Amino acid sequence: MSSSARPRAPWFLVVLALLALALLIAPLVALLTRAPWGSFAEILTSPVARDALRLSVITATAATALATVLGVPLAWLIARSGLPGTGVARSLVLVPLLIPPVVSGVALLAAFGRRGALGQFLYDHFGFQLPFTTAGVVLAEAFVAMPFLVIAVEGGFRSLNSQFEEAAATLGASSWTTFRRVTLPLVAPALGAGMVLCWARALGEFGATITFAGNFPGVTQTMPLAVYQALESDPSVAIALSLMLIAICVVVLIALRGRIIRPLATA
Amino acid sequence: MKRPHGLAAVISILLVVVFGSNPSQAAPTPRPASVPVGSITVSAAASLTDVLPVIADAFVKKYPGTSVKFNFAGSSALVQQIIAGAPVDVLATASEPTMRTAVTAGSVGAPLLFARNSMAIATPPGNPAKIAGPWSLSRDGVLVAQCVIAVPCGTAARDLLAKNGVTVRPVTLELDVRAVLAKVMAGEVDAGIVYVTDVRAVGSKVVSVAIPSERNVMTSYPVAAVRDSANPIAAQAFVNYLRYTPSAQGILRAYGFAKPW
Repeated sequence: MSSSARPRAPWFLVVLALLALALLIAPLVALLTRAPWGSFAEILTSPVARDALRLSVITATAATALATVLGVPLAWLIARSGLPGTGVARSLVLVPLLIPPVVSGVALLAAFGRRGALGQFLYDHFGFQLPFTTAGVVLAEAFVAMPFLVIAVEGGFRSLNSQFEEAAATLGASSWTTFRRVTLPLVAPALGAGMVLCWARALGEFGATITFAGNFPGVTQTMPLAVYQALESDPSVAIALSLMLIAICVVVLIALRGRIIRPLATA
Repeated sequence: MKRPHGLAAVISILLVVVFGSNPSQAAPTPRPASVPVGSITVSAAASLTDVLPVIADAFVKKYPGTSVKFNFAGSSALVQQIIAGAPVDVLATASEPTMRTAVTAGSVGAPLLFARNSMAIATPPGNPAKIAGPWSLSRDGVLVAQCVIAVPCGTAARDLLAKNGVTVRPVTLELDVRAVLAKVMAGEVDAGIVYVTDVRAVGSKVVSVAIPSERNVMTSYPVAAVRDSANPIAAQAFVNYLRYTPSAQGILRAYGFAKPW
């Protein structure tokens, strides 16, 4: 009875869906077949790989922290403040998400480079230069990855039941206390999902980083840059490093499955 | 009866089309098989970005019916692309070791050397860090960009610094020479180690600090036809044109490249 009530899936939809799945999975499987399993451990413990991995984890984490500190208030502003112009702000947040990362790098140079609008001020007054520094990598990653966090958290704020906040306010809590003790815990799942997406995007950042921060082992050469460089001299090293990055992403997804990713879907 | 008749007509038309239709093609021309036609793709070192399109224009003028497309990048990236099966007809690299990788992999035919180049130091306009020669690059606080060792301009930069007994810690290792030049033009570094032809190509956007020849290093440019080329005749014609014609060699000289011999 139940099976007859359910309409049969049109065969061409199934075929297209399977094609889509194959398109997404086949390259990753192909990568596995090319992996230099024999020298895998040796490659991943080489100084270049260790430096790149360490730098990637540090900068992606720092970029996520920066994006959280700045992005959560921005998400709140867009979703809850009721101020005029928040619709425009929301659209602007999406821009770094949509433009090519190399363009982001050029834009960052224009702003924060030694000859840039803000960068020149920093350089002239403090002798401080962001390009070619680890801080520059963090800035590039935050620029590219923060929109993921803002959009996820904004969704959380938007779907929030404001009765809890009103109750807290009625009971005499200040607006900051209400935000800290009531609002933030309620958006925690969305925040967690946003941070994970932000971290993963920062970990994979390539274009803005190499354009803005350059490429030097241990300072600005993150995993994706090391992969790109290795591809030119030793593709097997590039494949090993790529698999490492994929493994990190898969582990993160599995570890957080159900706890953080799923609430995002229902938020 | 009708059908066989129609078939015969079709066959006879085909026969005319294939064998007898075009008198100009049937006429005896000298070595018709070796006249290059059609399009080729040339993978070339980033330092050839400006000069090769000019030579290609001259090539197309000499062989009407041909067209040349380019794929510019760091030499080692180009070699890896071709080994991986990129649909390319000609490979021109900025060093012999990178070309040797392609030859050893069986991806290209016998290479010909067609030009040589040497190194220069490029600085932003005005030379703010007062770079006077290779020795200036090791000074504290001088930001230097050079190529990564895997590409020819990186090997040449390493050899140049070694020859001058200078130890430099660059702030960035770029993947091709034009990326080094871009960092110099943006004013983000005080100096970049590039080819003399690069500083010439961008004119007043950078200042060139010349390096005397006895303190300089030379690099050679080999070119070869790709084995799997879909257009081997045009590919080999371009290789020969680049190496042997006064026209191509004249353009190379005009862009600052030295003779290959």
